[in-house]
Amino acid sequence: MKVLATYNIKGGVGKTSAAVNLGYLASLEGHRTLLWDLDPQAAATYLFRIRARVKGGGKALVRGKRSPEAAIKGTGFTGLDLLPADFTYRNLDIVLDDARKPTRRLTQLIAPLAAEYDLVILDCPPSISLVSENVLHAADLVLVPLIPTTLSTRTLDQLTDFVADLDGHGPEVFAFFSMVDRRKRLHREVMAQLSEGRRAGGDAGLAATAVPALSTVEQMATRRAPVGAYAPGGKAAESYSHLWGEVSTRLFG
Amino acid sequence: MDAEASTYTVDAAAVEPVLSALAEAFTVAEDDRAEVQRVWLDTFDWRLYRAGMTLEQTNAPEAVTLRLVGRHGERIAEQPGRMEPPGRIEQLPAGPVRERIAGPVDIRALLSMASVSGRERRVRLLDAEEKTRVRLVIEHSDQLGPLPRALPVRLVVAPLRGYGAAGRRVAGAIEAAAGVSARTEPLLELVLDGTDRQPGAYTGKVDVPLTGDLPADTGVARILLHLLDTFEANLEGTISDLDTEFLHDLRVAVRRTRSALKLLGDALPGLPSAEYAAEFKWLGDLTTPTRDLDVHQLELVPMERALVVAEPADLEPFARQLARRRRVEYRRLVRGLRSARVTRLRESWRERLVAIRDEPMADRLLEDLARERIGRAYRRLVKKGAAIDDTSPAGDLHNLRKRGKELRYLIEFFAALYDRDQLRGVVGDLKRLQDCLGRFQDGSVQTAALRTFAEELAESDGAPAATLLAMGELTAYLHRRQVSAREEFATRFARFAGPKNARRILVPEGEAAA
Repeated sequence: MKVLATYNIKGGVGKTSAAVNLGYLASLEGHRTLLWDLDPQAAATYLFRIRARVKGGGKALVRGKRSPEAAIKGTGFTGLDLLPADFTYRNLDIVLDDARKPTRRLTQLIAPLAAEYDLVILDCPPSISLVSENVLHAADLVLVPLIPTTLSTRTLDQLTDFVADLDGHGPEVFAFFSMVDRRKRLHREVMAQLSEGRRAGGDAGLAATAVPALSTVEQMATRRAPVGAYAPGGKAAESYSHLWGEVSTRLFG
Repeated sequence: MDAEASTYTVDAAAVEPVLSALAEAFTVAEDDRAEVQRVWLDTFDWRLYRAGMTLEQTNAPEAVTLRLVGRHGERIAEQPGRMEPPGRIEQLPAGPVRERIAGPVDIRALLSMASVSGRERRVRLLDAEEKTRVRLVIEHSDQLGPLPRALPVRLVVAPLRGYGAAGRRVAGAIEAAAGVSARTEPLLELVLDGTDRQPGAYTGKVDVPLTGDLPADTGVARILLHLLDTFEANLEGTISDLDTEFLHDLRVAVRRTRSALKLLGDALPGLPSAEYAAEFKWLGDLTTPTRDLDVHQLELVPMERALVVAEPADLEPFARQLARRRRVEYRRLVRGLRSARVTRLRESWRERLVAIRDEPMADRLLEDLARERIGRAYRRLVKKGAAIDDTSPAGDLHNLRKRGKELRYLIEFFAALYDRDQLRGVVGDLKRLQDCLGRFQDGSVQTAALRTFAEELAESDGAPAATLLAMGELTAYLHRRQVSAREEFATRFARFAGPKNARRILVPEGEAAA
């Protein structure tokens, strides 16, 4: 089983869109996939039309009173399940802090899922916290959407430093340009600069695929389905498909 | 990943009330309709059905699916793929269904046991967020055949993972709206209900309903009629060569008939037993060459594994020779089975047996006859067996095997008169003794056959030396098996012939407590 996390300390950069669309693509390829929505905003949960409710809340899951399996819902797409978010996840840090191994608890909770799933995708809240630390320990690959602005480099560097400081074997960090608008000079320049920097060597991989800012992707909120389900032939679906190709090679070889 | 699907069978009239009831709790979204053909596959002797399963092949426009369903409608396994019955299991694509049925089905062909045409409606039950909670497939079927009739409708309820409560709600709505008509038994049973083909009805075993107080001649006539029915049931399958077991069951029916005539024929008054015995001997001999070749072919695979020096590939010329011979013998067999002589035999035999059964003349009761003959066969077997020691010639063991078979057949014929538990130990010990004697006899018979094959191969086809050497290894293997069987004989016989079994067999039913 592989664990993929979508992560960025900033919100609104396309984490959830990536998690949902890549999860959908993974399931189409035959990987038994579970998407765990860890964000109390419950965006991924909403997109799949599932109620943002876990019996006993995040506390029950972390404390082991309720197993994740019991909370999982089928999305209706073959091979793709969802572990919903719950508003109580806003207190996940506090509950994790109480656990015996505060930074490893998520890894422990996920491990038994290997019997049923080939891929677990963690859609993370935008923050830097005990939850994020757990995610970084649990993940094999952390996918970082970057809107190509001047500060994106700084965000990425901050993350790679944080990962480097983790004890134990850290995840691979893999960034991609998200919500790209090629009409904007700033976007073009930042993308060129960052790509240059990565070619010269760096701690994070950078995807060749850039996902453009398209209204088709924005429509996910009204369509409440992955892009590949309602607009399979379009540019948005194609971009995510290429992105999935790059990610899955790194995950599965 | 998704929860288990459950199945309900309801009257066609109940479908709309069910959907109305569901519309109160859910939004009902209908996706598409499909015309389908459904075929149920099983072996001639219903091996899958007996193992608690039915195998359904559904031919829908977008896919052909194989579905293995349990006794109460639960889905055991599913995979895409098709086969055109009749066919062997190798014709099924690999997958969870094939894996699961391989054991029970073994070397038998899968036949079409029932077929229907129908329509499938695919429905999704949505909640207030328009999320699919439960998938529902409504399967209408029409019986194919001279008198088409509408069959009950099958509802397959598949809740998505985590929506078990919704699934239960749907089940409740079905039970409430469809009332008594909601059932969970497999659709196959309903399809065949009222036809002359009943699931699980055919078995190769002797299963004659008898009571001890029947007149002896009626009882024996019934046994022989059952054997004749078995013979005739397997005739078509043998002639069509669907699998090797049709001929096997047919042959066993003939052997049992011959045994019954020999051991019980005197209980049938006015019957020209000698003539019929001769006719059945002819019939038995007609089947022998093909069956022997089938056995050689079936055993080739396990025997290949016994090769030490030679390679399995070395035996290919031998395998081809077997196949050639088998084709020739099979044609001869079919001609014989289709002949007027066999038809006359079947008809006259049936006529006589029915007359005896329906107008009995014996004043002897069946249970007396059974007790006497079984006792006699048992004592004969024990006496002959006790006389065998290390110096006895092989022929003595071959003959003992025949005596053992006679006892076994008698026990099978009269099984209904005995308490099952009483005889279980005896039957088990006898079976083990017979297995041992069988291995011993196979050793001689198959070695002799291999010699003949080898001579033929050497003369006619100039088969490579490697083949002859490999066949030589096989005879060595058979010899070893024979030697070890001989060594086991004394122990197996002693266990069978012990006082406990003697008490069980020689003591009449009801007095077994002594």
